[in-house]
Amino acid sequence: MSASTEPSFRGGRRPALIYGIIGLVVAVLIFGAGGFLWLSQGGSASFVGGPFTLVDGSGSQVTDRDFRGKYMLIYFGYTLCPDVCPTTLNEMADALDRLGSKADRLQPIFVTIDPDRDLPDVVKRYTEAFSPRILGLTGSEGQIAKVAQEYRVYYAKHRSGPQPNDYTMDHSSVLYLIGPDGKFVAPIRADEDGAQMAADLAKLMS
Amino acid sequence: MRTMFRRALRCAVILVPVLAHAQQHDVKIEEAWSRPAIQGGTGVVYLTIIDTGAPDRLVALSAPVAAKADLHESFTEQGIAKMRGVATLPVAAGSKVTLSPGGYHIMLMDLKQPLREGDSFPVTLNFEHAGLVTATVTVRRVGRAAP
Repeated sequence: MSASTEPSFRGGRRPALIYGIIGLVVAVLIFGAGGFLWLSQGGSASFVGGPFTLVDGSGSQVTDRDFRGKYMLIYFGYTLCPDVCPTTLNEMADALDRLGSKADRLQPIFVTIDPDRDLPDVVKRYTEAFSPRILGLTGSEGQIAKVAQEYRVYYAKHRSGPQPNDYTMDHSSVLYLIGPDGKFVAPIRADEDGAQMAADLAKLMS
Repeated sequence: MRTMFRRALRCAVILVPVLAHAQQHDVKIEEAWSRPAIQGGTGVVYLTIIDTGAPDRLVALSAPVAAKADLHESFTEQGIAKMRGVATLPVAAGSKVTLSPGGYHIMLMDLKQPLREGDSFPVTLNFEHAGLVTATVTVRRVGRAAP
């Protein structure tokens, strides 16, 4: 009988709140199951990746079709990133060394998500400091936005001071393995060390 | 009365150096390393701060190889790598604070010279109490693992 003595607004709101929570849980479950299914199937080409046209270190146009027949290992970052990007690229360079001749079938690519500052020459010198095998690509703002969207890469400027150039970039930190047919194979964690990365690549590259 | 005063004085004489020692600020820097980087680009410094004295705080940085040196912290949130400036870094008494990949690091902005493997350069850390402490940084080609 205590229920009848409770203020009526509680009785009215509670079901809505419960339905809301149930709805949220169901949504999370569906989303999580979908994500799990997607990851367990090695992802689908329809979800990640797609055609791109970008610019290399000499200012020449480069497209995804230039790499057909080879695997592509793509990482998105920016050259003024002092910690996360160099750590990942060093581990990537280490993985390439460990892969030996298998690495000849793999084109590692660094795509900048800071095209305003990362001009072709800057990206080229930057990637070469890690490994001459890593190809640095930049492009127009539109070209970068398109490839980032295709790869589900998030990036945003974070202001660090009053000057126009006072900003760092928040960005997705994941490696993407693309097959010789241009289709997405699998994501690789960017926080793996070179040995683990090499083992993953060896397993994924048939 | 006089003997009491003398005793107190004797005690004080003994205690002064003890108290002085307790307030001593001793900070050492070890394992300072960096990575190859291009001129005009950004560089990084990782190191370990060892505080053998009283609590202290890192308040400023400088390195002649760069226009500016700042303390930053990197972290990854749901797959998104982020980096934020850190104004000061407290160091507890008798503790070790390690700046390492994926966490706290010194960011060298607008490098005046390229950093090549095997190079070394100085970096000066300014502590609130211990003052200036300079360390020699060695450039190494390593990923996540500290050399």
